[in-house]
Amino acid sequence: MTDAISEAPRALEREAEKNDIRTRWLLATPAIVIIFLFATAPLFVMVVYSFLAPGDYGNVKWEFSLDGWTNVLVQRDIFDDTLMWADAHLSIFWRSLSLSVITTFLTLVFGVPTAWFIATQPPGRREVWLFLITVPFWTNLLVRTIAIQELIRAEGVINNTLLFVGLINAPIQMMFTDFAIAFGMTYVYLPLMVLPVYAAVEKLDFRLVEAAHDLYAGRWVAFRRVILPLIKPGIIAGSILVFIPSLGAYVTPRVLGGGKNLMFGNLIELQFGAGRNWPLGAALSLMLMAAVMVSLIYYVRVTSREQSDG
Amino acid sequence: MAEPARPTRGYSVRTLPGFAIVALFTFVALYAPIAILVVFSFNAGTSLAIWEGFSLRWYVQAAQNEQVLDAGLRSLYLAGFSASIATVAATMAALATTRTRRFPGRTMIYALINQPLMVPEIVTAVALLIVFAAVKVWTGHTSMIYLIAAHTAFCVPFAYLPIRARLETMDNTLEVAARDLYAPPWKVFTRVTLPLMWPGIIAGLMLAFVISMDDVVITEFVKSAGQDTLPTYMLGQLRRVVTPEINAISTVILVVGAILVSLFFALTMRRR
Repeated sequence: MTDAISEAPRALEREAEKNDIRTRWLLATPAIVIIFLFATAPLFVMVVYSFLAPGDYGNVKWEFSLDGWTNVLVQRDIFDDTLMWADAHLSIFWRSLSLSVITTFLTLVFGVPTAWFIATQPPGRREVWLFLITVPFWTNLLVRTIAIQELIRAEGVINNTLLFVGLINAPIQMMFTDFAIAFGMTYVYLPLMVLPVYAAVEKLDFRLVEAAHDLYAGRWVAFRRVILPLIKPGIIAGSILVFIPSLGAYVTPRVLGGGKNLMFGNLIELQFGAGRNWPLGAALSLMLMAAVMVSLIYYVRVTSREQSDG
Repeated sequence: MAEPARPTRGYSVRTLPGFAIVALFTFVALYAPIAILVVFSFNAGTSLAIWEGFSLRWYVQAAQNEQVLDAGLRSLYLAGFSASIATVAATMAALATTRTRRFPGRTMIYALINQPLMVPEIVTAVALLIVFAAVKVWTGHTSMIYLIAAHTAFCVPFAYLPIRARLETMDNTLEVAARDLYAPPWKVFTRVTLPLMWPGIIAGLMLAFVISMDDVVITEFVKSAGQDTLPTYMLGQLRRVVTPEINAISTVILVVGAILVSLFFALTMRRR
């Protein structure tokens, strides 16, 4: 084939492709503009705000200041102007981190057996069980949190039942504790653990487990040495999926933790309310976002490795 | 046929001791709190834990509560508007990004569309608070437009998911056939492509609607005075004495949500 003949259609083709790409960009424009204006751009504005001085009644003064960022860790004493560690912030960071880890652990304890159970059901029944796991997840988060609150209140169902049976003499204080927050978050985020672990168990080649048994591995050894390594990517994925929203949780700690047991999200809110320190709130938000981004990048790496292996 | 010699196990490799019990416990624990919440919405007394007989009084009370009706209508109106706009934008974006080779900028479009999912809600909420506070001062305008804008933005990725999934499984032979029969592009789209992707669009619309209806955090930070939606109204009420009226409202939300989610599943599963 000579070039002279193939050149003309190729140019046409290139023209058509260019047109196609232009049409595609035009089609994507409304979505891009909406998201850029009302989700992405405000994040950049927040970066600017974190470097301004707090206004006296909230909002900001338009002068450069690093106080927003330094206030994350240190506070200036109102009376003698000395610097000291912001103990309250440190304890809230610690609470956020430890409660998120505890929540992740608890969802593992309940989520892995549940995922295993669903994945080992006959194929037709799996979808029903999966549906049962997914439905609560799509129901209103606030309503599910209220359900937990009503359960663990001083005059709630759990305390009333225990009192009635005679196991306790006075109601146990469960509301407004760290326990309540961890319990509530485990409840609301459990499906996020079950789904990826289920996907991993479903792909598991059970002949490998049989082989392990045939080679005289006991059940525990087979679980630890064969099953666990094979479903590990699913477990890591589920753990990150639970950890991320736990770290940024706002509604659950607000409803179940009350005014004292703050988490990261509530500390951010405080700066825009009674704290009247918007730059600090902006800096804290950016820190939270950074922590989530790191977890997300790790998640993407784990799941893409899983795909290339599978 | 002779079985190959192997050690007898006497159990299935598919079961692990205790797992089924933990799983069943989990299923019960997942539904029990919701069930209890629903049961006590029908309580004749004011308690959330002591049953005093069946009554619909809390539903009646909620239905006569001006604030509840107001917030409920506002939620519907907000979700209806935001989900519709988001679905139109998401449908166009899905058409732009599927059934094509990689083209310059496609990854960027993906990343932007999914961006609201990557950032914690509280962060988006305060970022919008900062921006809208300035805009509100600057323009003196405090209508629902801010809430609609914020909701539309975070609804787009949710509407996009099912529409894109639908388009990716759709085979384009019918469209090629229509084109071969000299149908103009617009006709191919309205008579062939659109009817084929319709279940995906409806599923996306419903998902976006549910997500908007359920939102608390962003709404709480963006709303101006007197713009409570049902979730932010309930959040405010939790600070006071809680009566089964909250349960009655919650039950209505649960039922509406469950219907929408079941429809969503029906629409997205059928093609398999």
